[in-house]
Formats: sequence, C-alpha cells, structure tokens
Amino acid sequence: MRRKEKLIEVLMICCSFVTILTTAGIILILTVETVKFFSEVSIIHFVTDTQWTPLFTEKHYGILPLLSGTLLTTTIAILFAVPLGLIIAVYLNEYASPRFTAFVKPILEVLAAIPTVVYGFFALQFVTPSLQKIIPDLNGFNALSPGLVMGVMIIPYITSLSEDSLRAVPRSLREASYGMGATRFQTAFRVMVPAASSGIIVSVILAVSRALGETMIVAIAAGQQPKLTFNPKESVETITTYIVQVSMGDVPQDSLEFKTIFAAGLTLFVFTFILNSLSYWTRSRFQNKYE
Amino acid sequence: MFKLETRNANLWYGEKQALKNISIGIEPNSVTSFIGPSGCGKSTLLRCFNRMNDLIENTKIKGEFLLDNTDIYDMDVYELRKKVGMVFQKPNPFPKSIFENVAYGLRIVGGKDRNEIKDKVELSLKNAALWDEVNGILNKPALSLSGGQQQRLCIARTLAIEPTVVLMDEPASALDPISTSKIEDLIYELKQKFTIVIVTHNMQQAARISNKTAFFYLGELIEFDNTDKMFTNPQNERTQNYVTGRFG
Repeated sequence: MRRKEKLIEVLMICCSFVTILTTAGIILILTVETVKFFSEVSIIHFVTDTQWTPLFTEKHYGILPLLSGTLLTTTIAILFAVPLGLIIAVYLNEYASPRFTAFVKPILEVLAAIPTVVYGFFALQFVTPSLQKIIPDLNGFNALSPGLVMGVMIIPYITSLSEDSLRAVPRSLREASYGMGATRFQTAFRVMVPAASSGIIVSVILAVSRALGETMIVAIAAGQQPKLTFNPKESVETITTYIVQVSMGDVPQDSLEFKTIFAAGLTLFVFTFILNSLSYWTRSRFQNKYE
Repeated sequence: MFKLETRNANLWYGEKQALKNISIGIEPNSVTSFIGPSGCGKSTLLRCFNRMNDLIENTKIKGEFLLDNTDIYDMDVYELRKKVGMVFQKPNPFPKSIFENVAYGLRIVGGKDRNEIKDKVELSLKNAALWDEVNGILNKPALSLSGGQQQRLCIARTLAIEPTVVLMDEPASALDPISTSKIEDLIYELKQKFTIVIVTHNMQQAARISNKTAFFYLGELIEFDNTDKMFTNPQNERTQNYVTGRFG
C-alpha cells in the first residue's frame, strides 16, 4: 500500500515536471540560439537600427519595425477592448438582472472560443473593406483592422475577469454607497471599479500579453512589411507574423536568417514575461485587502 | 409631528412575510431603539426608511412610509437616502483614504470647492469624535484604522451629507467594549442635531442611550414606549420576558 502511494506521488511529480521542463527547454533554446545570433549581429545594432531586412540582399537587423508593428496592433486592440470590456463587466455586475448575466456571459465567452484564423479572415475580408468606406486611403493590409478585431477577441478576457473581481467586492461597500444617496453609475465607477481595480488591472495585463502574442489575425490582415511606423492605416509586420513567415518559408535551418526568429521570439518573450510578472505581483500585492 | 412614520407597513421577501402591519411614529431629535430576537423584522423595518430594501430582489412592500409627512415613495430615492443616512453593522469604509471616505458624499453631489470639502470633512470628523485621532493622517487608507475608528469614520461619512435622520443597524455589535462606549457617547451627542433610530441586540445599550424603545417579535411590533417604562414596567408579557432575558 505504501509503495503504491509512493508510486502515485512520483507519477504526479513527473506530470508537473513536464510543464517545468517544457518551459525550461523553450527558454534554453531561445537563449542559446539568440546568443549565437548576437555573436554575428551586434545587440546595439539590433535595438537601434530602424530597418528589418534579414531576407533581402542588403541586410538590416533592427527589431524596432517589428516591435512597432506589434505594439501598434496591440495598442489598438487594448484601446478598443478595455473600455468596452469594462463597461460590459460593470453593466453585467451592477445593472443587468442575474438572469440576463447568466444568459450573456456564456455567449460572450464564445468569442474567446472562435478560432483566431476565423477572426483573421473576418478582419481581412469584412472589417478592412468596411473601414475603407469610411477611411478611403486605408491600405488593404493595415494595423487598424486586425487591431480592432483582436480587440473583439480579447473583450471576453477583460469582461470575464473584471466581472469576477467586481463580484468579489463586498456587498457592504455597495450598500454604503447606495446608503449615501449615490446613483448606480456613481456606485459602479467611484466605489466598485476602484475597489476591484487590482483584478481589473490583472485582466488588462493578461489581455495585453494575449494581444502581443496573437499571431493569426495579424499574419492574415496586417501584412508582412516591417515598417517603423505608428500609422494605423499602413501595413505593418508584427514579431509573430515574422516568425511565421520565416519558419514556414524556405530559409535554411542553421543560417543567420533563421536565427533571427529566435532573437525576435526572445524579445517577445521578454515582454510577455514582464507582463505576467506584473500581473502576479499586482495580484499578490492587493490580496486580502478587505480582511 | 413625527419625523419618521409608518402606517400599516407590510413587507414580504418572496413568500415570507417579514413585517406585519407595523405602525410606528418616531419623534425628531430623539434616539429610538429597535429590539427583538433575530429575524423579528427590526433591521428590515430600519431598511425601509431609506428604501435599502429596494436593492433586494423579490421584495414586496405595502403600506405608508413617511418622512416629515411626505411619502418616501413619492420622493427621489437618491434624495431620500441623502436625508436618511445609514450606518451598518460591520464597519464598511471604502478602500480609499480617510479623507476621501468622508468626502465621498460631497463629491457625489458634485462638490468641487476644495476648501469647502475640507471644512466639511473636518466638521464631520469632529462630529463623529474622530478628528483628534486622525488629524494629520487624513491621507492614510481608511482600512488602516481600528474597527472602532472605522465605524466612527463611517458615521462621519454619513454625517457629511447632512442627513436629518441617521439609521444605525447594530453599529457596535462588531466592536470591543471601549469602542462601543465611544459610539454610545457619540449617539448621545448626535441626538441634538439628528433623529436616530438604532437596531441593537444589546439590551443595556438600548436602555442607556434611547428615549424610546420598540420591541419586535416575528414581524410584529409588540410594544413601543418610553425606554424606562419598557424596561421597568412593560405592558406586554413577551416584552417582559425578552427584556428580562427569559427568552430571545
């Protein structure tokens, strides 16, 4: 019996080690390949050059254009999704009847279940042409359309997590506010949202990191032109799109060109790692605020 | 003339009737205690006066509820709650600074003048006998105060909106004896300016601080009279049994 218990324990440890080893392996490969890359290209060059043309004859290895493309699409998505997602969360929490909330929340979560390739196509084939009617000089591939569609995709993340943290605010705070003659709107935005702010911040951080890493939508609808621009009407290339482009193409495996994707990947990983740490820190910092 | 009055008040939570035909009149500038065993309807009645029961689904209310002879259901509910403030059982300061807690009520009515807000915050904290303890630390989080201080902060917050009535739902039940006695002294002071209705489980507290006491049992108002008479010579046997501790 005791041996059986021991065996089960060992099996469980093995299971958890799968995730740890995978993470460690990814970081290791990313780092090793990136180090090899930087032995050939200077890191100063990498962060200051404003052109990214590793696949052309005249080669430049500046990450800034890819970074600007990534940040541009992410910013658009966040600017669109945060107000909307938060308003929906407040509505569901403060205004809607419990029956309506129970009905709407699952539907909203379906948005997160739609395959991103479908979103990408939706951006390219529907959103871009629609936007072109309003903005005539909008490029066929642009940052705006996939940014907005990405925003729609991350709304459920923000709404769901924000609503959870609004719901966790003690009822007594809401009563205190109503008891002083505050309206629903005042109660929601002056008491509930600030009280739930740590959870809301975490939801936004997770949404940002989701948008940074999103690949399919931008690969389909944003184009493949690395350009240092913050003009949403233009075609841009994100870090993820570039990685897809190279790893799917016919670039030889051990060439310098191929190693660029590890440097690009590590850059992205650094960003999402910082964001995740930030969300972890926020969560632990503000825990047990009411007790 | 009564400050607060109900006539034939009935209230149901779903199928369950929580208040049965209650008619009571509360005099201005007095302290009235509501006593009775748990589930007797005393808190429910208290929450009728500022329509907090509106927030609970499936609540049906019948009868008349008057503030200064005006039906409170003819008034704007937000205006009503500014006139009839409430202090809750557990201290529930907002997770904001001490200053912002008291300023909250002023801000929601659109108060912008910084000096005016500052003066009113100070005055309210003084009225709540908290000023000497928090003067100089107004920007600290309200949740860093002790439980008793938090409760007086909640009273200050309520006073800042200048109500005429203050409803208190077992305001000292979560506090230690010293904090409790501070709250009781405060209630005695506040009577000069406000009409106070307090729900309490503590019989000595009711006897100490209130002018009149109402005894509730199973949703009915059993007896309502001057406090000393209620505790020394109650007319109803159930009141007698309850105040002497024989049941409840």
